[in-house]
Amino acid sequence: MANVISDETIEYVGILAKLELSDAEKEQAKKDMGSMLDYIDKLGELDTSDVEPMSHVFPVNNVFREDVVVNGDDSANILSNAPEEKDGSFVVPKTFD
Amino acid sequence: MGLMSLTAIQLGNKIKSGEVSVSEAAEAALNDINKVEGTINSYVTVLSEDDIKKRAKEVQEGIKNGIYTGPLAGVPVAIKDNMCTEGILTTCSSKILNNFVPTYTAEAVLNLNKAGAVIIGKTNMDEFAMGSTTETSYYGATRNPWNTEHVPGGSSGGTCTAVAAEECSFALGSDTGGSIRQPCSFCGVTGIKPTYGTVSRYGLIAYGSSLDQIGPVAKDVADCAAILETIASYDPKDSTSVKRDDYDFTSALVDDVKGMRIGIPKEYFGDGLNEEVKTAIFKVVDVLKEKGAVVSEFDLGLVTYAIPAYYVIASAEASSNLARFDGVKYGYRAEEYNGLHNMLKKTRSEGFGPEVKRRIMLGSFVLSSGYYDAYYIKALRTKALIKREFDKAFENYDVIIAPASPDTAPKLGESLSDPIKMYLGDIYTISANLAGLPGITVPCGTDSKGLPIGVQMLGDCFSEKKIIQTAYSYEQSREYVRCSICE
Repeated sequence: MANVISDETIEYVGILAKLELSDAEKEQAKKDMGSMLDYIDKLGELDTSDVEPMSHVFPVNNVFREDVVVNGDDSANILSNAPEEKDGSFVVPKTFD
Repeated sequence: MGLMSLTAIQLGNKIKSGEVSVSEAAEAALNDINKVEGTINSYVTVLSEDDIKKRAKEVQEGIKNGIYTGPLAGVPVAIKDNMCTEGILTTCSSKILNNFVPTYTAEAVLNLNKAGAVIIGKTNMDEFAMGSTTETSYYGATRNPWNTEHVPGGSSGGTCTAVAAEECSFALGSDTGGSIRQPCSFCGVTGIKPTYGTVSRYGLIAYGSSLDQIGPVAKDVADCAAILETIASYDPKDSTSVKRDDYDFTSALVDDVKGMRIGIPKEYFGDGLNEEVKTAIFKVVDVLKEKGAVVSEFDLGLVTYAIPAYYVIASAEASSNLARFDGVKYGYRAEEYNGLHNMLKKTRSEGFGPEVKRRIMLGSFVLSSGYYDAYYIKALRTKALIKREFDKAFENYDVIIAPASPDTAPKLGESLSDPIKMYLGDIYTISANLAGLPGITVPCGTDSKGLPIGVQMLGDCFSEKKIIQTAYSYEQSREYVRCSICE
């Protein structure tokens, strides 16, 4: 395997992805990501120096509209999906003391 | 044979003429669900009989009063569980959305509601549409009604089995890398992935936003054309929605391929393709030749680069799209945690399954500083090259014919152990998503094990009508085959 994923890399990616992996999951992730990247490295065979990156197949432009509210107040329904709510707001765990 | 053995259009006609009531049609769907659902598991949620009856009554009134006049009025439909439905549980087959009841309805589903279709339930899928077998669902695997030891394909597995096992009249799926076309092939039903931007993605829970498209799954091409005509619309709420000149897809239901230029990409028929599948596809080509199509082989380069490019782009977009699942606004929240960051991490780690985590990790990596250019930008450049190859091909051809999958449906449990092998199974479908092309899968036979084989037809962007016409013309040579579980 050409791509060897270090413990530090998996740790770092876990932080970016906001995922907490068990030790076994980390080992599996190192293996999986390594073999995926080996496979993806195939793209290196292609000469793309004169090609612009294409994020969308059609030319997409910003779509503007007037800043007018068209939907009603649905906050009660929306909040009913929240794991915890209080006084019309989402409740999150304490972030600082 | 029950009412669910009819095509959606046939059933719609009977409802319109008053021969069948909307309630009778809905009851027929519920009866068939009761018969096979324990074995197949097509649905995550089946609506309550009361709710369905209420809606059926409302639609019956609407038909009487001339509100619902289209071909799908009163016809029972199943919706893939990644499309938001107001007041109806929408899980994306994930634990993290195990209690999510949307406050609004996806535009494509709203278009069906306006046409008087009756929603029966929400169909099972690979978690967040990541998978090719419908085995990664948190709510259990779906089984192939042709042989329950085999997978139905994915990710729109439940959508395709619900149609094949006659648990609904037609259904909606979504296709990010083949998720409509491949399971249609495995289940012996017909489905269309439209040109990117044709059907609004508003209310479709995003996986790979630049690749996702909603499309119809049904028993035949005429149904799919009529459904596509109903769900397609320009929608300002989806900034990638395209205003098309013409949505009249049913006008392409013409049995005529005289002079139709059909291309066979040599690279799609080489190593790794099951011989029985190959033979079945070439029989389709022979039928079309007989009817006057002009067929030739050509070289479609870059085929082997499509899968790595796809997995970089799709994973990158997924890692960004799935950042919204944080246990704050909706869905699952971990029970025990220590502070905000720990809550986010625990919620996501407990709420997502292994395949979803694998793709979020890969996506986060290819977007991280230091790797962004080498992986993500490189994949976007490759995508441009692939698009160029197809542009070149469509200068010479109206339709490209290919298999939908290298093989027929594998057995349950055979695919998940080797992710790369599973990803390779998407080789014939993935390029259409990268290039935004429309594609259709139509059943074209069975293998020696009795499992269905589907043929895929691809068209240039906005050329749905050509693939619909070609598929319809081929379909005239063949009867629809029901799977034995429906008998």
